[in-house]
Amino acid sequence: MALRVAEEGLSSCSGCEVAILNLGERLLALAPQLDFVHMPLLMDHKYFGQLGDGDLKRLEIPQAELGLVSGGVRNQEHLEVLQAMRANCGTLVALGTCATHGGIPALINGLANAELMERYYRGCETNDPAPDPTETVPPFLERVYALDEKVKVDIYLPGCPPHPDHIAEAVLAFLEGREPALPHKSVCDACPTVRQGKGQLKSVRRFLQNAQYDPAKPIADMRCLLEQGLLCMGPVTRAGCSGADGEAPRCLKARVPCRGCYGPVRQNGNQMLDMLNALASNGIDIKTLPDRAGGLLRFSGAHGRLRPRPAAK
Amino acid sequence: MAKTINIQPVTRIEGHARISIQLDDQGRVADSKLHIMAMRGFEKFIEGRPAEEVPRIVSRICGICPWMHHTAANKAVDQCFGAQVPPAGRKLRELMQVMAHISDKILHFFFLAAPDFVMGAGADYKIRNVLGLAQAAPELAAQVVKMRQAGQMMLERFAGKVIHPVAMVPGGFAKPMSQKERDELLAGAGEQLEFAKFCMKYAKENVFAKLDQDALSLGRITTGFLGLVDPADGSLNLFDGALRLMKPDGSYLDFNCRQYADFLGERVETWSYGKFPYARVWGEGFSMDLEAPKGIYRSNTLARLNVCDRINTPLAQAELEEFRRRFGRPAQSTTLYHWARLIELVYACERVLEILEDETITDPLVRNPVEPRAGRGVGCVEAPRGSLIHDYVTGDDGCIASANMIVGTTHNLAPMNMSVRRAALDAIKGGQVSEEALNQVEMAVRCYDP
Repeated sequence: MALRVAEEGLSSCSGCEVAILNLGERLLALAPQLDFVHMPLLMDHKYFGQLGDGDLKRLEIPQAELGLVSGGVRNQEHLEVLQAMRANCGTLVALGTCATHGGIPALINGLANAELMERYYRGCETNDPAPDPTETVPPFLERVYALDEKVKVDIYLPGCPPHPDHIAEAVLAFLEGREPALPHKSVCDACPTVRQGKGQLKSVRRFLQNAQYDPAKPIADMRCLLEQGLLCMGPVTRAGCSGADGEAPRCLKARVPCRGCYGPVRQNGNQMLDMLNALASNGIDIKTLPDRAGGLLRFSGAHGRLRPRPAAK
Repeated sequence: MAKTINIQPVTRIEGHARISIQLDDQGRVADSKLHIMAMRGFEKFIEGRPAEEVPRIVSRICGICPWMHHTAANKAVDQCFGAQVPPAGRKLRELMQVMAHISDKILHFFFLAAPDFVMGAGADYKIRNVLGLAQAAPELAAQVVKMRQAGQMMLERFAGKVIHPVAMVPGGFAKPMSQKERDELLAGAGEQLEFAKFCMKYAKENVFAKLDQDALSLGRITTGFLGLVDPADGSLNLFDGALRLMKPDGSYLDFNCRQYADFLGERVETWSYGKFPYARVWGEGFSMDLEAPKGIYRSNTLARLNVCDRINTPLAQAELEEFRRRFGRPAQSTTLYHWARLIELVYACERVLEILEDETITDPLVRNPVEPRAGRGVGCVEAPRGSLIHDYVTGDDGCIASANMIVGTTHNLAPMNMSVRRAALDAIKGGQVSEEALNQVEMAVRCYDP
């Protein structure tokens, strides 16, 4: 019997689903062992019957042993889909950082819904201003939630997107009935750049010119970007983006600093507090950082971490 | 008895949508709508962020075409900061953006759309998908999966991250290309072009040859078109150029992207979170009436091939000539989006080779430092799903003061609604609703690859 798999994307971009497809030939090899019973990006199972005549109060997700959900929870439909996935899937995987920590869409949690609506439907230069859409569209929740704020999550697979190697590992481990071997250290632990220890650095600067490195030499010969004075979220971000070969974190391969897309090292960690501590303990003035909350909680604004500022109502 | 049919979710598309079709007491289609079910608000929540960080944030608008948002955002921030991008930086940007078109088109044609044609519109939904295709045609599927993957890995090996890229930066690019990397990409790009030629031949023989009058009139509507063209010769250009807005009669206006708000407007309807762009400059208002549409234009592959005067790569130009001989200019059949998509696949592969053949692409100067300042920038590229516009205003601190975006799919929201109505009227008669009929309605949406 093939393993029944259901997959859904909530407030998301489909990047996690493309990461599944980026398993490439490995996905074709796995396919005979998997029976995708629901996956809107690739197959045509519908919530309310294949003839569209079902009861709108009874959203149908087929029974599955494994459920994968990407995206955070932003509106009533996302919540209903998530609850149906939880009810019908034996094991539920939060796929990607939107699902585990809110991800980029949770940046909106720093603002009230009314401010968003005002700008989007009445404020943009190209708009013919009009009232907010409210008919037959699912109402917004007050903010973006990670999945585990609404239902029990069994496996966390962060990453924006998660590396295909770890998606494969999670599925294979499930097929083999064992715990998945997923990274638990920090991006720095997986980064080969040269660290010379605490230096004279007193501030961090914006990424307005490229890092200093010799392009002819490997990443392992480049000085740590944080030590070069660039804000790099490596110390407080979960490892994993380098994949199974572990050569280097993916952004570092492009010679740019980490922005924290795998969320905190520990599932319930706080990237902003951890980073401010890390910088302060190295004598770096934290006031030099522009956009502190939006920068340090860029990927982990759910769980009540990012909130509207009192001044903004 | 009157009733509503809900196709929810619309599947094998990139976003989140629902179709509702109202049948009257006689079982006739009285109304239909394509509802966009979510809105995340990137325009609003990038306010206050340092502008140089924004290209790494807005990539998350779309996990299928993140390179497009990454490119448009960098172009907009360059203008805000007054940055001059070195020639090699500009070449690397175009290379990445056009390469990203290649795997996107393979994904859409084979993974999302082809099951309707190969398995059949009325095939059991459990096999009418890419996994069913893999069982029915294993050799084809293996080749498709392999070549799409190869394209993705070419981007990832050079640029570090392929989904939600980071390698473009305001002022240029974050790393130069070595000769070794160039040689590897040249070899890979040659294979991609061979595969694109195979795809075109396969599709002509197995899909397009079978497009009868019914298939060509699926979701058929008559509209204008929008797309970037090279200002020098009116040729197809995915990376840069002037916007050309064509009327249904084929006459057109060209304009600088910075003037987009003088030419385009956006309507809000009560029943969709997505806004509805329309041609404000035509001065006729906005209506999705099938018989008398107002202000409606389309974007994406068919639009680009309609607005361009020519394609400056030989194989794609030959395909365009054949396409025009058969379907005229502008071609209106919605199904032809698929055909146009494969012509663009050929173009993208040829263009990638052209860029790589320029040996100055390995010049080590790929980025000039930038200085935060107050300014405005409008970055525009052609994304797979249409003309992508990012418009930013920065304050003195170089942080975003306000932003407006029109993304590719959005241009087609009104046309998709019209095509859904057309397809529903044609497929549902006398209250007879079948899975095949409902899938035909979705096929009209899939042409646009939303």
